[in-house]
Amino acid sequence: MSKLNDPEGRLADNIVHFARALRAAGIPVGPGSVLDALEAVKAAGIGTKDDFYWTLHAVFIKRHEHSMVFEQAFRIFFRNRHLLDQLGSLLAPPEPGTPDMPQPPEDVSQRVMDALFSGAETVQRDEEQVELDARLTVSDREVLEKKDFAQMSAAEIAAAKEAIRDLVLSFDEVKTRRLTPDPHGHRIDLRRTLRSSLKGGGALIDLKYRGRKTRIPPIVALVDISGSMSQYTRLFLHFLHGMTDARKRVSTFLFGTRLTNVTRPLREKDPDEALAAVSASVLDWSGGTRIATSLAEFNRRWSRRVLGQGAVVLLITDGLERDPDERLAFEMDRLHRSCRRLVWLNPLLRFSGFEAKARGIRSMLPHVDEMRPIHNLDSMRSLCQSLSGTGSHADPRLWLRKAS
Amino acid sequence: MQAMTQTPHTTLPASIDDTLKLLGSADYLADRPLATVLFLALRMGRPIFLEGEAGVGKTEIAKVLAGTLGRRLIRLQCYEGLDVASAVYEWNYAAQMIAIRAAEAGGEHDSARIQSDVFSERFLIKRPLLQALEPDPAGAPVLLIDELDRSDEAFEAFLLEVLADFQVTIPELGTVKATHPPIVVITSNRTREIHDALKRRCLYHWVGYPSAERELAIVRAKVPGVNEALSAQIVAFVQALRQQELFKSPGVAETLDWATALSELDAVSLDPAVVSDTLGVLLKYQDDIALLEGGKVKQLVDQVRSELRAAE
Repeated sequence: MSKLNDPEGRLADNIVHFARALRAAGIPVGPGSVLDALEAVKAAGIGTKDDFYWTLHAVFIKRHEHSMVFEQAFRIFFRNRHLLDQLGSLLAPPEPGTPDMPQPPEDVSQRVMDALFSGAETVQRDEEQVELDARLTVSDREVLEKKDFAQMSAAEIAAAKEAIRDLVLSFDEVKTRRLTPDPHGHRIDLRRTLRSSLKGGGALIDLKYRGRKTRIPPIVALVDISGSMSQYTRLFLHFLHGMTDARKRVSTFLFGTRLTNVTRPLREKDPDEALAAVSASVLDWSGGTRIATSLAEFNRRWSRRVLGQGAVVLLITDGLERDPDERLAFEMDRLHRSCRRLVWLNPLLRFSGFEAKARGIRSMLPHVDEMRPIHNLDSMRSLCQSLSGTGSHADPRLWLRKAS
Repeated sequence: MQAMTQTPHTTLPASIDDTLKLLGSADYLADRPLATVLFLALRMGRPIFLEGEAGVGKTEIAKVLAGTLGRRLIRLQCYEGLDVASAVYEWNYAAQMIAIRAAEAGGEHDSARIQSDVFSERFLIKRPLLQALEPDPAGAPVLLIDELDRSDEAFEAFLLEVLADFQVTIPELGTVKATHPPIVVITSNRTREIHDALKRRCLYHWVGYPSAERELAIVRAKVPGVNEALSAQIVAFVQALRQQELFKSPGVAETLDWATALSELDAVSLDPAVVSDTLGVLLKYQDDIALLEGGKVKQLVDQVRSELRAAE
């Protein structure tokens, strides 16, 4: 940076500040990227604003999702003169008809705003409040409620953790196509064979073998957080947090009337912090259920991104769809065909007299590989066993036969 | 920073505009953001990480770069289970064994000697990553690592090491280091998330669907046999199709295929019957095709026609 002369020095300052603002807005920007940015700006030269924009974008942005935040931060940061106009346009109420956006732009704006003017803009906060109220009037079907997770008892947490430990010990492994040294393997490992035979002068050839490596498959959990499921949600989230902690690839999605990806918040080490972060990112706690709509969104936006490499899907819902129609069966079928194994965890199975009579349940059942209870620690334990491949098979067709 | 000290190759573009022109000379019509990223990557000696839906021209970029810069293109297609033996190097075991037998028959019993003879470059089979590190008279090659999301995490971690220093260690031979780092292009279809550590070493760009204007220019450049009215209709139809709730929207590759198909069928303008017959070129999922059945095609064609008429 010492090589830069004065006007560029001011630019360097600006880039450093801008990077800090991006970081505060939740985009991971390391100190290395700042140096890269300076180098890139020097290489590209300061041409038009668009070139400058894409130069910084190339260095700072590593995920497609972050582009929107970057766009807004850039606009505000490098156009201070029109700041008030910008704020005005950013805080305009969202257009009606787009309430299902997964990441509403007004949310992002608030993040950017907080990052750039931390805390000083109390007026903006008030307006945000008004906006939230407006949302309530727009959608009378949704009960926007912040859940308090604080009341989980210590005994519950301990028991859930114990159940999770069982899961870690399980052997649910799939064979991959990668080969690894294995004395009982079936393929000759010529590289090791030759190396070891040369150690002894090459007279003896002692064959070494390779076998296929096994791996724990990814898990994708789709959790229903509607009103009828509310008494279980907290426990499930703890369960999933433990799973995320212990295994490498676990993606978690919550759905009520809309679909939210909470994989990143659930990665917080501390369960309470993780659940608080989850709670902050979800807007439709304990509202209605639109299973078909949520599954459709998952299929379209996420299935190709998270269901690769033999994923197991855990669908946690009671299947009580508000208005079941053929779309539900269609989306279930698509989900079933996109994953290796689809396990439906239904807390309604706690009733000994449960019968698959509800229409939603009947249209979903033909498309799942297993249906299991998930209402207490016992059932969680048996789920762990089933994931390890040793548990008994819970054939969904049994339920259909019983009910008919 | 390493790139700043080294003198850039003379044929590398000198500005963003040059980069655009260079790509345009091979009929690759890039938008300015993409040209900016490519220019920076070439200047800073960084790998380019391109993500985007299938069929938007990610792989093509590497081919065009190699072609226009006159460099060699080395392609590493990723798949599950890709390992060092097929990505970096492998020994030619059959030849090694014959050499050992021959040495023994010739009365050679010094095992250390045999070992050093057998593990020499003569018996080394070089795979793409190692080839990319070798000096090339035409300049450092373009290394295309295609569909990285198909490989597994273990390979990704290995790649991280190679991309950091552009060197590979072969235990029996020593370290191979590139004198001029290759131009690395990594593509991903996002069937899984690539780890942040790898992305951090690269310049990232999301390749989206082109605007109607640019797509029209692409179709006219790549499929010159189609008349102007038809190509405008084709592009407008595909753009309208991308607005529908499809499981898989058609990419630019599909648009070009469709334009070729229509010109093979001697179509002069879009009509619902011809569109329905050739829908399989654009859409690759039965559900998506079913969605367009029952009048939807006619509706879209009418919409496209009235839009184009309004634009005239």
